[in-house]
Amino acid sequence: MCLAIPGKLIEIATDANGVRMGRANFGGIVKQVCLEYTPEVQMGDYVLVHVGFALSKVNEEEAARTYQLLEEMKQLGELETPDVNESDSAFFNDPSPPIAMK
Amino acid sequence: MKYLDEYRDEALATKIVHEIQRATTKPWVLMEVCGGQTHSIVKYGIDRLLPNEIELVHGPGCPVCVTSLEMIDKAHAIAQRPDVIFCSFGDMLRVPGSQDDLLILKSRGADVRVVYSPIDCLKIARTNPNKKIVFFAIGFETTAPANAMSVWQAQKQAIKNFSILVSHVLVPPSIASILQSPLNRVQGFLGPGHVCTVMGYREYEPIAERFRVPIVITGFEPIDILEGVLMAVRQLEAGTYQVENQYPRVVQRAGNRIAQDLVNQVFEVCDRKWRGVGSIPKSGYKLRYEFREHDAERIFETKEIDTQEPEICISGLVLKGVKKPHDCPAFGKQCTPEHPLGATMVSAEGACAAYYAYGRHLEKEQADAAAV
Repeated sequence: MCLAIPGKLIEIATDANGVRMGRANFGGIVKQVCLEYTPEVQMGDYVLVHVGFALSKVNEEEAARTYQLLEEMKQLGELETPDVNESDSAFFNDPSPPIAMK
Repeated sequence: MKYLDEYRDEALATKIVHEIQRATTKPWVLMEVCGGQTHSIVKYGIDRLLPNEIELVHGPGCPVCVTSLEMIDKAHAIAQRPDVIFCSFGDMLRVPGSQDDLLILKSRGADVRVVYSPIDCLKIARTNPNKKIVFFAIGFETTAPANAMSVWQAQKQAIKNFSILVSHVLVPPSIASILQSPLNRVQGFLGPGHVCTVMGYREYEPIAERFRVPIVITGFEPIDILEGVLMAVRQLEAGTYQVENQYPRVVQRAGNRIAQDLVNQVFEVCDRKWRGVGSIPKSGYKLRYEFREHDAERIFETKEIDTQEPEICISGLVLKGVKKPHDCPAFGKQCTPEHPLGATMVSAEGACAAYYAYGRHLEKEQADAAAV
């Protein structure tokens, strides 16, 4: 769990609490990402993400290589934990079945 | 060199291995600090590509492994309270405390939830105003910005039913502690790439200077690790002891200042107990007093916890680089990833679990059988 995973930023928005958030695509899995620590990043950039926080920008080639390595080392399991949506966080009583996210 | 063909750039890997061979004239012991590097080394057999003179020992860099038994027992005590929703990274669910693990507690009715990010806990807190939401905030410096932001936002948004149980650990004091040990064998370090993405590597410079050890901040790919080894060996052979950066495509000397600023606003450095190692001065983070309303250790008074570790386990010596997993009589026998006895087997990034995952316990059995 100590490794950061590269993803491509596909959305940037400020949430209701003024936090700069985004969504990043990790090899097909899309997850929410907090962008407060990387104010410089823009749509389409690749970012190194650790537990939902972008920590730095990386180039596309670096992102692809790192992602492939983590996949080979089976270090991408944390991406399978679904994001929490406030409207339906009750389903988290049982996190075991995969939830199709909108 | 049966593993080399698995590398993405076989020619480059071969070239670096040859350069390491040429550079090496004496035996040297290097430690990779990060559990991700350990995993990569064992998976790709990097230690077996190196000349016999170069020994890689595996460091303490797995936060799941080194979270103290006291803290895990404390987490279990809090998780069993009926007014609590206990949130954790998935890696912690199967880590055994003195009695149970979080998965067992969940099966008995405790509300234990796996979250991807600590920030998700704020949403759970808002939708469950009558419950106390506690997040098990473990990790090295890489995870600290995420945990700091969750508390910072909880304070800002007046989410009073959210707290974190902090068990943060820091890399530089653990390196210093290893070097100060009378048993120390480590002569050079491969520093942790992603920790330094956040923290930079300035704080490693006084350690390199004081203990006269080269520290090479290194990535995770096999090529990165081979390069890190080459840079460290060249320094050792030349008698220099500097901090070098093998991983400049990701790590800058200053790190991520914005993240460091928030971490320093929310956390302060404290002494921390490491599983298998014991207490290391100034080796962890705790919440600053201003954030006490979000400090689970203050909110939930847990009674004195008497923990017991199996006597046979040598994980403390493995974490310090003094022993290897196969030096342990329990490795692969009484102690497996399904039934871990100690720190280095409880998570996939621990040295013992990595050795087990890639079949090195079977090699030990064969060697033992051959010796009989």
